[in-house]
Amino acid sequence: MKHFDIANAPHLPIRPTVSRVMLWVLIALLSGIAVQTWLFGIGVLLQILIALLFALGIEAVFLRLLQRPLRPALLDGSAAVTAVLFALCLPPLAPWWISALGLLIGIGLGKQLYGGLGYNLFNPAMVAYAAMLISFPAHFGHWPAPLLDDPLSSTDVLRAIFIDPQSALPWDTLAQATPLDQSRQARLQNLTLGEWQSRAIWSAAQPKAWQMLALAWAFGGLLLLWRRVAAWQVPLGVLAGVLLTATPLWLSAQDQAWSPLTHLGFGGLMLAAFFIATDPVSGCVTAKGRWLFGLGVGALTILIRQFGSYPDGIAFAVLLMNAAAPWIDLHTRPRYYGEPT
Amino acid sequence: MAAYGFHGGLQLDKHTRDVIARPIQDAAPSAVLALSLQQHRDLRLHACVHIGDSVHAGQVVARPDLDIGDNRQGAWLHAPCDGEIIGIESRPLIQQPKRSGPHLLLRVRESAPVAKRQLDALSTAELLPAMLAQAGLSGLGGANFPSADKLIHRVDTLILNGAECEPWIACDEGLLIESAALVLEGAQVLARSCAAQRIELALESHMTRAIDAVQAVLRERIADDAVPVRLHCLPSRYPQGSARQLIEALTGRQVPLGQHSAAVGVVVHNVGTAHAAALASRGQALTHRIVTVSGPGVHAPGNYRVALGSSVADLVASAGGYTEQARRLLIGGPLMGVALPHDDFALQKGSNCVLVLDEVRTPQGEVTQACIRCGDCAEVCPARLSPQLLWQSAQAQRAERARADGVMACIECGLCDLVCPSQIDLTRQFRDLKHALWQSDQKQQQALAARQRFEQRNLRLHREAEALETKRANAGKEALSASVVAAAIAKAKARRAGTRRDDGGESAS
Repeated sequence: MKHFDIANAPHLPIRPTVSRVMLWVLIALLSGIAVQTWLFGIGVLLQILIALLFALGIEAVFLRLLQRPLRPALLDGSAAVTAVLFALCLPPLAPWWISALGLLIGIGLGKQLYGGLGYNLFNPAMVAYAAMLISFPAHFGHWPAPLLDDPLSSTDVLRAIFIDPQSALPWDTLAQATPLDQSRQARLQNLTLGEWQSRAIWSAAQPKAWQMLALAWAFGGLLLLWRRVAAWQVPLGVLAGVLLTATPLWLSAQDQAWSPLTHLGFGGLMLAAFFIATDPVSGCVTAKGRWLFGLGVGALTILIRQFGSYPDGIAFAVLLMNAAAPWIDLHTRPRYYGEPT
Repeated sequence: MAAYGFHGGLQLDKHTRDVIARPIQDAAPSAVLALSLQQHRDLRLHACVHIGDSVHAGQVVARPDLDIGDNRQGAWLHAPCDGEIIGIESRPLIQQPKRSGPHLLLRVRESAPVAKRQLDALSTAELLPAMLAQAGLSGLGGANFPSADKLIHRVDTLILNGAECEPWIACDEGLLIESAALVLEGAQVLARSCAAQRIELALESHMTRAIDAVQAVLRERIADDAVPVRLHCLPSRYPQGSARQLIEALTGRQVPLGQHSAAVGVVVHNVGTAHAAALASRGQALTHRIVTVSGPGVHAPGNYRVALGSSVADLVASAGGYTEQARRLLIGGPLMGVALPHDDFALQKGSNCVLVLDEVRTPQGEVTQACIRCGDCAEVCPARLSPQLLWQSAQAQRAERARADGVMACIECGLCDLVCPSQIDLTRQFRDLKHALWQSDQKQQQALAARQRFEQRNLRLHREAEALETKRANAGKEALSASVVAAAIAKAKARRAGTRRDDGGESAS
């Protein structure tokens, strides 16, 4: 009589792992990272590096404090994805402590205290970003103008990030408000977009740069959809939500609202549509729910952009829909096989 | 009929080429056959032979109780070989190794050739379900459900299930390659016994040789009164061969939860069962079956015809024995198969495959991660469940919530485990949930029965008390009337006597 190991069915080798999913997200982000670095300088990469260090460090500290095993959580890649997404939302010259504080809130409070990956109700990157945006709005208003003729040297950038962002650099010539910030100011001053665009402060290079970046995100996003890492319903839902909300606003007041297509090119919308709203943990899990989640993110983003007091609303839109996701899931469960009517 | 397909599923590597490359071989029966009296789940047979009896091949050795209820027939059990009954013994069941059940032990008489004895009652082509039950027919696809009990319902369509979807298993494919004509003959028997108007034979497109064999038979023989047969070559996709999924794939209809497939006018039988029905119509009981022996853990993978009750160890020996890599022994395929702790188990009617794997799926110290709600499980689930929601209910120990979300519709195909990036053992948890719900149902039924008994007892007691009351009242009236009479007489006597004070009437009341 020969003896054997026993185990529960199924008895096939496991195929996918969480870290592989996360790795694909990071790979898909590369095209956008490259374009963003090209447009806004080496600061983009430095922010990513800083955020990665803080994210892994904070995750490790919290895991130790909460007495959870370190290795699986650190190696699953989720903290790295959070860090990169958060860093990509930051202005390239933002001070280092924004990363530290933001990730402490995003990963520490937003993720580990909720129970770790899988139990977090909100997207950690967006928790971090929203907390920082609300607390330190001044640091988020200034992006360097894209494609500077005379790009900042690495030492300048490092000095700006680590020592003193305000005085070290000639901000007056360097910084520009983003298109969304400008349209908000136009609205606050009761000017039409046309009037605003005729002013000297408006730069036509800005929208072009942001649109190029949006295309790069979309390209990476398509890779995610092709690899089936992200659910396709979500980005399509976001885009549909944007179009459905922005179109009537634009038609009713063409000189005060961006056209729907212009909206798509601005701010973090494409990045969010493909990489942030598609976070499975904090999103919806049913097919119908994913559509609703995406539509909600898209619509809320436009409404906040148009009527809110922040230039871009994507982070708030995602967080609001995160809060609604469990409820949406509960009410959109598909009918199972043979379910009695 | 166009194929509708079914939800989810996955295309898996088949690993069947080695097995069907060789013809079906006869495996020597074990010296002592162990025939389980515990057949399908709640079907317990009772032996109709005694220890010491000499039996011949095809002789009935065990039968269902006469009153198994609900019009059920069960399936009888026959001696596969000539020999002697040497005992009855409790042994672990091959389909549920943690449970035990009585097995009849039959010592095979070595000199006797494996004879094909005729059954007494079976000789006509027109077989009633009862006759199929007496021939011992039960589902050879793996479920071992008594075939006769599926045929009680009138249906219009018989689906003949040759969609052998689980990797490694190829006993149906081997059977069709060699005996397609008999299978189709048996299908006619089954179709007539449930009055089906048509037969849909479902194969998977990777079974090219079996498809050729079936087409050759279908081309040549078309009897006038034969039930028409249609062949469907479905795209290979696990778990197509699951009855409910196959019904959906072929008819687009879903069998309501908790109901028999007859609710949508369909009955599903395995091709092996049809083959056995053909043999039964020729007077041969179900005593042998074809078992696929395969995997990297055996030397000579192949299909083997084996006497029921033979041990797994002897069958593997017939297949050249174990290789160095043999680590895990399964009955059934890699997705739904049951892992056996050792090879001293007796093969029964539902044992379609002995799979010896090398690789052990769960590495030492594996850590399961939390669900990241990616939804891949819902995408592959053939029952259209949302395993990620069910898992939440399982974690929160909310079995009733899981029931509302359909956990009872889970067919335990194992696909959610396979695709889960967090490596959660979802199938095991759903099996536990189903078991817990089934037990609570059972308890509830018992409680209901107890309450009914209690209420009836109260009613009876009440009725008895009432009867007693009326009886007593009547008796009282009689007693009263008697005492009144007595009192009157006494009064009269007293009056007549005229001397004493009268108080007899008061005390009588």
